[in-house]
Amino acid sequence: MERPLTEHIRPDGAPLSIAEYEGFGGYGALRKALLGMTPSQVQQEVKASNLRGRGGAGFPTGAKWSFVPAEAAGPKYVISNSDEMEPGAFKDRLLMEGNPHQLLEGLILAGYATGADRAYIFLRWEYRRSADCIARAIDEAYRGGYLGRDILRSGYSLEMRLHVSAGRYICGEETALLNALEGRRGTPRSKPPFPQLSGLWGRPAVVNNAETLSNIPHIIARGAEWFRGLSRCADGGTKLYGVSGRVKRPGAWELPMGTTIREILEERAGGMKEGFVLRAILPGGASTEFLLPEHLDVPMDFDSCMKAGSRLGTGTLIVLDDRTCPVGMVHNLTRFFARESCGWCTPCREGLPWLERILGSLEAGDGRDGDLDILESHTRLLGPGHTYCALAPGAMEPLQSALKCFREDFERHIREGTCPWR
Amino acid sequence: MLTDQERSDILREIERSERPEAACVEALRIVQARRGWVSDGAIREIAPMLGMTPEELDAVATFYAFIFRGPVGRHTIFVCDSVSCWIMGHEALLRHLRERYGLSPGQTTRDGRFTLLPVSCLGACDGAPAVMIDRDLHVDLDPEKLDRLLDRYR
Repeated sequence: MERPLTEHIRPDGAPLSIAEYEGFGGYGALRKALLGMTPSQVQQEVKASNLRGRGGAGFPTGAKWSFVPAEAAGPKYVISNSDEMEPGAFKDRLLMEGNPHQLLEGLILAGYATGADRAYIFLRWEYRRSADCIARAIDEAYRGGYLGRDILRSGYSLEMRLHVSAGRYICGEETALLNALEGRRGTPRSKPPFPQLSGLWGRPAVVNNAETLSNIPHIIARGAEWFRGLSRCADGGTKLYGVSGRVKRPGAWELPMGTTIREILEERAGGMKEGFVLRAILPGGASTEFLLPEHLDVPMDFDSCMKAGSRLGTGTLIVLDDRTCPVGMVHNLTRFFARESCGWCTPCREGLPWLERILGSLEAGDGRDGDLDILESHTRLLGPGHTYCALAPGAMEPLQSALKCFREDFERHIREGTCPWR
Repeated sequence: MLTDQERSDILREIERSERPEAACVEALRIVQARRGWVSDGAIREIAPMLGMTPEELDAVATFYAFIFRGPVGRHTIFVCDSVSCWIMGHEALLRHLRERYGLSPGQTTRDGRFTLLPVSCLGACDGAPAVMIDRDLHVDLDPEKLDRLLDRYR
């Protein structure tokens, strides 16, 4: 089984130097593209690879790039979204710490394909090790002639900078990220205009997730057909899956896209810890819908997760066991979203704290008849179409599915006047 | 008053940025690194350097979890309270900090040694529960391990 993203990462996770990366063929894809392919050929290859965005939304990467106007004069930007902050997600960190040059090469290739002359890596402050690894890699890449003016004497130039943020979940939303980079408060913008037309300081900007970008060098080096063959479904490539919760071996593994939940949970994570039974799974981070044990054979890819009633999201599974209260878990998730709401639009700013209070009172044994109706109505009021961005709709995904999957647990909290797990 | 060193560090960041205001987070961090937090006076002095009003800069400063607009202790303890750490028992860590050090989230110990702050997912879910002290990540904790760890931060 091929693992292009992680095969060279050391067991201890220490970063590969530029010499080591080159030794494994690193920057070969950049050489191949700059000296032998046009930008539109690079775009075509990525389009044909069926690579879909690994940040959670699954938008086809090649299509995203194609919206950047080729003729636009003046600065254009490519940006790595390295602000990984989805609760339950810890996959981009592994790539940035273990093989930072792979990300850089992907970002440079994205820049070449879209005609960008400036690149940013937008990183969360807490990832200090990633920051050190990336900063060193950028220096090495400049010295190696892979960044700066006239890269590999191809005539293509790109300047790259690391931006270390200061802690706010919403900055992972691409338009909020752009505001943050501009030095404004990181609130989302309404779309259109889309960032590919008017992104950073009104100039075209492409924002791709760090795992997405790390795939690009391999697609260019070995071709779209090979990349599609890595996968067990229509989406190309491998995927970094993760598991956290009460399993025997929490961790992250690179596996073919479309690997089933059962294989990830049982073979990789070793199954549940002694004394715990699987109750449910959030397949792709905090803002996805619960799946149940009956879904264990669902392949973890965008379309299959959707068909099962959830989303692949970040592909990092959070496991709910039988000794943990599902209402408490949804309360925890809602508290997170309420705290991280940027406050820009009313339904999210006002609605999420209200929901958090109701869920908290259920947990404290103060639930009342009618509470579940209020929760239910909010899953629609805070759903898609009522807010600027996807934060509140994302927050509603675990809540609305919990109200279905764990109805009896919610009702017991009210009936018994206490949390039955306490 | 900003020191000469702070001013020159901020000017260097502005120099490296595409626009002056894009350096605002770094500028706030420069001041915080020396003083522990960012005061109203500092906001008023930094803002014009960036071509911003104090209100604009404050809107950014108050937006971020790791820009402190109030004094903090010598060491900052961030206990991750997101879902994986919640499942794996972060509440036991918080309870222990309350009982042993009298610390609740948002508070500083009387001797000024520790400030406890909540923090969203640290991206270490395979090592839950996780805690960050200053900028050091620590994983797979329980109250006993946390105690031994805190002894290293005087």
